[in-house]
Amino acid sequence: MTNVSQPIPVTVLTGYLGAGKTTLLNRILTEDHGKKYAVIVNEFGEVGIDNDLVVDTDEEIFEMNNGCICCTVRGDLIRIIEGLMKRKGRFDAVLIETTGLADPAPVAQTFFMDDDVRSKTRLDAIVTVADAKNLMARIGDSPEAEDQVAFADVILLNKVDLVSAEELAAVKAEIAAINPYAHVIETERCAVDLAQVLDRGAFDLTRILAVEPEFLVADHHHHDETVKSISLTAGDMDPQAFFDWINRATQEQGPQIRRMKGIIAFKDDPERYVVQGVHMIVEGDHQRDWKADEKRESRLVFIGRDLDFEALKAGFEACRA
Amino acid sequence: MATVEPFELDAHVVACGFLGEAAVFALGDGRVVIRDGELGLTVEAHDGGLLAARFSADGRTLISSGDDGRVVRTGGRGETETLFEKPGKWLDQLAEGPQGAIATAAGRMAWVRLANGEVVEFPHEKAVGGLAFLPKGLRLATATIDKAMLHWVSAKGAPVDMPWKGAHTGVVVSPDGRFLVTTMQEPALHGWRIEDMKHMRMTGYPTKVKSVSWSAKGRFLATSGANAAILWPFFTKDGPMGKNPLQLGPRDRIVTQVACHPTEDVVALGYDDGMVLAVRFGDAAEVLLRKPGAAPLSALAWDGAGVRVVFGAENGEAGVIDIRG
Repeated sequence: MTNVSQPIPVTVLTGYLGAGKTTLLNRILTEDHGKKYAVIVNEFGEVGIDNDLVVDTDEEIFEMNNGCICCTVRGDLIRIIEGLMKRKGRFDAVLIETTGLADPAPVAQTFFMDDDVRSKTRLDAIVTVADAKNLMARIGDSPEAEDQVAFADVILLNKVDLVSAEELAAVKAEIAAINPYAHVIETERCAVDLAQVLDRGAFDLTRILAVEPEFLVADHHHHDETVKSISLTAGDMDPQAFFDWINRATQEQGPQIRRMKGIIAFKDDPERYVVQGVHMIVEGDHQRDWKADEKRESRLVFIGRDLDFEALKAGFEACRA
Repeated sequence: MATVEPFELDAHVVACGFLGEAAVFALGDGRVVIRDGELGLTVEAHDGGLLAARFSADGRTLISSGDDGRVVRTGGRGETETLFEKPGKWLDQLAEGPQGAIATAAGRMAWVRLANGEVVEFPHEKAVGGLAFLPKGLRLATATIDKAMLHWVSAKGAPVDMPWKGAHTGVVVSPDGRFLVTTMQEPALHGWRIEDMKHMRMTGYPTKVKSVSWSAKGRFLATSGANAAILWPFFTKDGPMGKNPLQLGPRDRIVTQVACHPTEDVVALGYDDGMVLAVRFGDAAEVLLRKPGAAPLSALAWDGAGVRVVFGAENGEAGVIDIRG
């Protein structure tokens, strides 16, 4: 009898054409890390690897919820994952490579919005491979390059050997301005300990917040006159007011919000409440008791574009208990 | 009291049924297992995963498609024949039609292979979510994004578009060929009366509908996806519009599989805890066929005589139930 209850971890690999995505994919497929991956790719020829669990697909995005533009999912992924689940036991994890021009949101949203995918898999992390030499230019000329940085949990800043110290500092500042919460790893030819890329649990709030309790602490950044990330803090919150506000805010600013994460202290509640979201999708749960030596504090971060900082700050602070 | 002969097949049961007396299981790991009393036979039908399987209308062969890009016909003695091959393609849709035709699909392309081996291609703008043949005239129905389509297989002629917004993930045609019904990504069915393209919305499900079965003479369409089997009446001219469906076998679990009896007004139901019930339409009388198991039921079928039920689950639990006791 095979085990059908354990959700399969899924890593999403994004990055602009030529950044080194295929190099990383090949390393994951060939190195001995004790795990067998089913790989979903878009450019079949590029992988050039003999693996019976490599699936070629055409990215197919459609809208759920009667045309809400934020709630797009990847229909091809739903079908392929359904097919893969019939072969459970043959692989330990799934890797999805997106095309260089892809917006990561529909991929991530598929793991929240489709009940079958959601019950059988868990989104582990979005890993973006960025090219230190060309990232600045790509961000300048294509919104997808910025999307890929903004959505990332882990950014592999590749080809650092090809840039000067000044250029490297500039590209790191650019990344920090877009997404100060991603774990940035500098590499040459994607030479990275794969444990830093795989099995991150980045969408598992109970895990990431325990591992990196300070990762949410950051100030908001102004960049090119538009606000790309915001960090808000407060003390105890009123649960009714908070849920009303977060639902309203994500409906209103959903298109501008890329990722959202937070830990909330609700008045008279001994447990930490954790939330996360992608565009208009919000999910949350009680995590664990606040520790005796832990400061009861509500913290919430938004990563996006053209965020209305004053409105979000005022709304958040109005939820204080 | 029904008797159950259990099997442990150690793989997701994609489809099951009978070839003559033998119970046959198509498994997600590519195997086809044939069990007939003491006799057991395993066929490695696919080099990789088996994604879809159908029993031929004459009850003599099983047709399966897989991620090895092949459609394979398996007979009751384990003999196999490759009917169609597209290396590298995940053939995840399969239908069997009149005149020995079969249809399969991968991504945005559907293919029909005629009995003489000729293959006809049907390109789509979006992925093909389901396939079904009309009972007469060699017409293929496909489900795709924002529409269903009707294609002529041998005759020339533009396909008929049947628009309805949303992702259509499966399609069936009523045995009399009058109604076409799709399952959808959202928890709903959509139907058309083919003669005038009149729409039918069938909604109210808590989960996606994945299993549907026409009852004897196509009087009802039984469906999974709710806390009971939902049976939509199709025996009048207008189909289910304005009528309440039957709700049979209500439990606090979700029905994952439905299989209507070949001749009687009886449906077998499989639930997400592996339980199997038989329920009579008229008085909703229930008979327990299998107690809950360890995994959701993923395949269910009657034999041609309507005295045995074969079932399989996502974890490889399977069995044959004889209702004669």
